Amino acid sequence: MSNTLDLTKVKPYGDTLNDGMVQFSFTLPVPHGDEGKEAARQLLLKMGIEEPQVVHAEDLGVGYTMFTLYGKCQHTVDYTSIHVPKVDVDIMDKYGVEDFIKENIKRDIVIVGACTGTDAHTVGIDAIMNMKGFAGHYGLERYKGIEAINLGSQVPNEEFIAKAVELNADAIVVSQVVTQKDVHIKNLTNLIELLEAEGLRDKMIVICGGPRISHELAKELGFDAGFGAETYAEHVASFVVNEIVDKGRA
Amino acid sequence: MNSKLNLDFSVVEQARNSAKNIALDIQQFIDKHTTVAVERTVARLLGVDGVDDIERPLPNVIVDHIKEIGGLAEGASYWIGNAMIETGKSPQEIAEAIAAGQMDLSKVAKAPMADVQAAVNKVATATVAKIKANREERDAYLERLGEGPRPYLYVIVATGNIYEDILQAQAAARQGADIIAVIRTTGQSLLDYVPYGPTTEGFGGTYATQANFKLMRKALDEVGEEIGKYIRLCNYCSGLCMPEIAAMGAVERLDVMLNDALYGILFRDINMQRTLVDQFFSRIINGFAGIIINTGEDNYLTTADAVEEAHTVLASQFINEQFAVLAGLPEEQMGLGHAFEMNPNIEDGFLMELAQAQMAKEIFPNAPLKYMPPTKYKTGNIFKGHIQDALFNMVAITTGQSLQLLGMLTEAIHTPLLQDRALSIENAKYIFNNMRNFGNEIEFKQDGMIQKRAQKVLKEAADMLVQIDSEGLIATIEQGKFAGVKRAMDGGKGLNGVTLKADTYFNPFIPLMLGGAK
Repeated sequence: MSNTLDLTKVKPYGDTLNDGMVQFSFTLPVPHGDEGKEAARQLLLKMGIEEPQVVHAEDLGVGYTMFTLYGKCQHTVDYTSIHVPKVDVDIMDKYGVEDFIKENIKRDIVIVGACTGTDAHTVGIDAIMNMKGFAGHYGLERYKGIEAINLGSQVPNEEFIAKAVELNADAIVVSQVVTQKDVHIKNLTNLIELLEAEGLRDKMIVICGGPRISHELAKELGFDAGFGAETYAEHVASFVVNEIVDKGRA
Repeated sequence: MNSKLNLDFSVVEQARNSAKNIALDIQQFIDKHTTVAVERTVARLLGVDGVDDIERPLPNVIVDHIKEIGGLAEGASYWIGNAMIETGKSPQEIAEAIAAGQMDLSKVAKAPMADVQAAVNKVATATVAKIKANREERDAYLERLGEGPRPYLYVIVATGNIYEDILQAQAAARQGADIIAVIRTTGQSLLDYVPYGPTTEGFGGTYATQANFKLMRKALDEVGEEIGKYIRLCNYCSGLCMPEIAAMGAVERLDVMLNDALYGILFRDINMQRTLVDQFFSRIINGFAGIIINTGEDNYLTTADAVEEAHTVLASQFINEQFAVLAGLPEEQMGLGHAFEMNPNIEDGFLMELAQAQMAKEIFPNAPLKYMPPTKYKTGNIFKGHIQDALFNMVAITTGQSLQLLGMLTEAIHTPLLQDRALSIENAKYIFNNMRNFGNEIEFKQDGMIQKRAQKVLKEAADMLVQIDSEGLIATIEQGKFAGVKRAMDGGKGLNGVTLKADTYFNPFIPLMLGGAK
């Protein structure tokens, strides 16, 4: 085991560089007992884990067992060759965005947001749109120069688009929190299809966000940008105002 | 009573009086109106069930027909009762004949009103007796098998497949759960009908259907016998079919129902006239069936700030309490909701949570309070999440909460895995046992932070209720004072299902059920 850091060969850190220590927690549909523990241990060996140890096993009441294990990972990754697509824009704070609008757009911009389809979880769209924002990051409603309209939850895509047209939106923001069985993919795809069918796709900036949304996924589905966890109103606003200028819609 | 918080109970009394005035004002509106959902519920309670050959539920078929012939104001009872007399058919046969296009209720000869009422009352009395028998069966189970101590451990199952849910529910019961809530698939609240049959492919939950209720009831009775404890079943009596779901739950012996007077208006954008009328009948049914209702104030704090808006939760609890009183629901079935939703980074946030939970208990001492776990500030850090849930459990056992919806360490990631639920039950069992009598052993410092916090929230709630009383509940909702959400009197979904009652309107279930099972 090398004790120097080589960024071309990175592995997990427990308490010594390159020890490869990983913790596991999972349930197997087998009864609690020695055979179950051995099954869990063998599973880690198949994953390529060295020295797997079952540290805890607990009966879950239906003949299934929950395990906690530790083991050493033998694989490494080359950190130096990693490329993650990101929203390519310098993030400004609220005041930066407000000044940018005043100087470069010279009018109020309209952003319409909604939690669409059957999704009823507004926590994400509220965090971006509403006055209060989230975790100390004010929402778009509080920005001077931005007219932010939050349509709330369970808005059908058709209704969302109609409202965006009515309000002459510069950008529309969709939040998707419920992702079971990829329901969000179907719904997001449907939105783009409807926009394209009505010839509106290139008339507005289209953004999606949510805890399971990445920029890469968003681009793949035909959106201009996607915002995942730990992004706030200023990320969305910075992207939108730059796009408006870049696309000559100021 | 001896208040640990040194609360001024004259302020509590004043708040309760304001809430009573607010509810009475709305009740005048409620008493004059009915809705398609109320009438479908009447049809269900008269025995109409099943679907036609294009999957339309027969309660919808019959009520849509009554609406088409312009007869909604007379009520489904009248039209069904009249057809029973004139055709000799049962309510179900009448619905089937309408579905087949073989009957037009407007063309049926008119029998004398007294005969119609007598015919309907006979059927209604039999249904009510069946619901009463369910209530007695629950009491018998509780007598024979017993139940877990309060706070009840309340967990959800949400696989979207009722058969998979059964496996998870039985596992949870064996691990120590007392209440199993079967999460409803997203979007059902906006369906203006109740789907039919078992669900095997729902998104993040199953439909509330009578078949699903029956399957889960049976599974919980079985596991209850095995472990020697009655396991309560919970579902969601909300949305556009609020009273229909109450009726199904009463017939299938559910024990707990989410059932809020204002939730659908604020969070599902259902028209307020529709929800206010629907909640009344749904609560009459829940009250009679011995079902504990859960109100949804906890949801306010997922959109509004838990520190600044705490008084809106209390104000809403007072209003929900008074609506429940008007629907004859006893205090022992009023599971008023509140939540542990403050930002965990706030200094002394735990003290404020403790103060508010104790306050709710002192103000509603006989209500089985429903305490909801942290969700808004769960991050995906499952290790911290487990500790947030531990603090939540400590507040609950210290302040004597009744229905403890257990937090999940994986909140904000996915619907609970089997092991997530097991860990959260273990967390609650450990803390509830280890701190069982902690609350009885402590007092709060005179004029300390905890006492002052509770007094402040109570004062603000009482002031808010005075203002609502003077402006009216509808204006208050229109101004966005609850949860920061604005709703208009004529906005939202379901308004076209609301109608003024005719002078001859009658609903036999209101006199038979109002005031609970005597």
